[in-house]
Amino acid sequence: MSGIDRALLRGMTRARMSRRGLLAAAGAAAAGAALSGCGVGGQGGPAPESEDFWAGKESNGELGFANWPLYMDADRTQLKEFTEATGITVDYDEAVQENHSFFGKIQPKLAKGESIGYDLMVLSTGIELAKLVELGYLAPLDHDKLPNFADYAGSTYQDPGYDPGNRFTVPYTSGITGIAYNPEYVDREITGIADLWRPEFEGKVGMMADPQEIANFGLLLNGTAPADSTEEDWEKAADRLKEQRDKGIVRRYYQQDYIQPLTNGDVWLSMAWSGDVFQQNAEEGAGLEFIVPEEGATLWSDLMMIPATAANPVDALMLMDFLYEPDVAAGLCEYINYIPPVPEVQNILKEKAAEASGDEKAFLEDLVGSPLVFPTEDDYSQLHNYVPLSVEQEETFSPLFLSVTQS
Amino acid sequence: MTDERRPRLTARAAPYLLVAPAWLWLAVFFVVPIATVLSMSLMSGNLYDGYSLTWEFGNYAAAVGAYWEQIARSLVYGACATVLCILIGYPCAYWIAFRGGAYKNAYLLLLLLPMFVSFVLRTISWKALLADQGIILGTLKGIGLLPEDAYVLNSAPAVVFGLAYNFLPFMVLPVYAVLERMDHRVVEAARDLYAGPVRAFTRVVLPMSLPGVFAGVIMTFIPTSADYVNATVLGGAHNTMVGKVIENQYLVNNAYPMAASITFVLMAVLLVGIFGYARALGTDRVMEASAR
Repeated sequence: MSGIDRALLRGMTRARMSRRGLLAAAGAAAAGAALSGCGVGGQGGPAPESEDFWAGKESNGELGFANWPLYMDADRTQLKEFTEATGITVDYDEAVQENHSFFGKIQPKLAKGESIGYDLMVLSTGIELAKLVELGYLAPLDHDKLPNFADYAGSTYQDPGYDPGNRFTVPYTSGITGIAYNPEYVDREITGIADLWRPEFEGKVGMMADPQEIANFGLLLNGTAPADSTEEDWEKAADRLKEQRDKGIVRRYYQQDYIQPLTNGDVWLSMAWSGDVFQQNAEEGAGLEFIVPEEGATLWSDLMMIPATAANPVDALMLMDFLYEPDVAAGLCEYINYIPPVPEVQNILKEKAAEASGDEKAFLEDLVGSPLVFPTEDDYSQLHNYVPLSVEQEETFSPLFLSVTQS
Repeated sequence: MTDERRPRLTARAAPYLLVAPAWLWLAVFFVVPIATVLSMSLMSGNLYDGYSLTWEFGNYAAAVGAYWEQIARSLVYGACATVLCILIGYPCAYWIAFRGGAYKNAYLLLLLLPMFVSFVLRTISWKALLADQGIILGTLKGIGLLPEDAYVLNSAPAVVFGLAYNFLPFMVLPVYAVLERMDHRVVEAARDLYAGPVRAFTRVVLPMSLPGVFAGVIMTFIPTSADYVNATVLGGAHNTMVGKVIENQYLVNNAYPMAASITFVLMAVLLVGIFGYARALGTDRVMEASAR
């Protein structure tokens, strides 16, 4: 496909919604579907050992892949390349719109040990991941079959705190949860999380509804690293967040739809995901500013994983590794605009920018130069991992922070 | 002989056969889910160990204790939206029924036209219309009728308004159905007996249309109280309705028994409310008239 076609395609296929996000419509529909799928299951067990799991398993020439909307171009370029290279066909489905509703949908089947119809799926770092691991629903990865991951994944993404040794997951793409503001309305410099608590922004601050996202900001404001936090820290963080809410500073707790209100001026500053801000600026000239707060911010990843009940795990593992080939990863990044787990992508896109012309050149230059897509080492040093939660902790954690957002 | 019998047998079975699909439908899609949710509400356990039926009535106390505020708020929002629907919908139905003339159907179609668009999309479109610098508020601020920092989106009025907007046809249609059937000569008779227009309305038209209003109230109050889309899309930091709480309990906390008990608390409150309301209006008369 020629470069110009791709740029055109981007213009046409980029609906005005965030890449990770979705319309509330899709969320509502998914919630309905998830509710109807709720069972009385449970009964998890430890995951099998890697050798046991993979013994006797072979490629079947097909696989099902569940991913987030707008996480691959409409032509599914990378999947076509994969099919060309391996002969394996991929049934791609933008089935994941929210971590919790997707988890609700697949949990009953996983509990019964049935295939969920997907062999590869992308879910975020967070509570649902902990649940999947704890319940033994994920296949342990065979790293002998993931040479590209070993060779090309950035050091931040290898052996991360949320999944030691990448036992079950490898990142698909990552992003920073920081603060975005609209300089058209905000006339002071925004430097940190504390700015989200300023009384002068009453009714103009957007926060996220996700319990873990909001907890991280509360913890960082109190000077606690999320990964080292205790239950007492959580309560203090929740108190700070409730104080912010009850003073009328918070306009709304957003699921994913904060970027348009921010552009329109309904909220002036908001918790935000790096890639959303980059896209909104690149495509609508929104002129939004994004900062990594001085108190720190979190680096999240959307992770590829294989359900333990997958019918085609070998094919899934092959695709996983294929997506770590630098050229393939570069193609993905060009479309997604979030942080690729393969640092080499920056050089590849730089070369591509040098050869390109016109709009595409400008776009690629923005992309490779953006700290939102390619954070520097300094940026990385300011970024925290998510709170790793055990089963018992999770039972306190979610309700505590839900009590902040569902008032 | 047999020729005579056969049709008679069929005739006797016919009503049952005709009603069978409805019963089957209700059994599969109402009775079974309700029973499942009811038993779920009395379970205890967690996602990891599974849930078992332990007749945990404490779930209900916990549900009311933790979420009475959201439940009460849902009822208040539902009631406000219903009243708004009556205030807007009744005159609308009245006008179409009595003044619509040859274009009655066209007016009804206009009323229903927005319903052809998805419920959620209709609600989302109000986000653009009610935006702080949007077409409505931006204009009012521009001419100085509103202070610069005023907003409607993400507030209680926005949610109530959204509810009323989305459920208005459910109020208009039953009221219209009753008014349209009304014998207009009774109004003339009232006027002949020296009733002014206001008196003729309050003493004749209004009482006769109450069954329609009753049906309309049921069809708006119950779904608006249980709705969660409007509060989610148009609400702010202090407007969570009980539907959202139930969703979060199911999907974020995976606390299925808790979610089920809140569901039943809401159902019980709504049932009691509706029966009380029917009582106050005179159940028999109203139910009978609604069914007519």
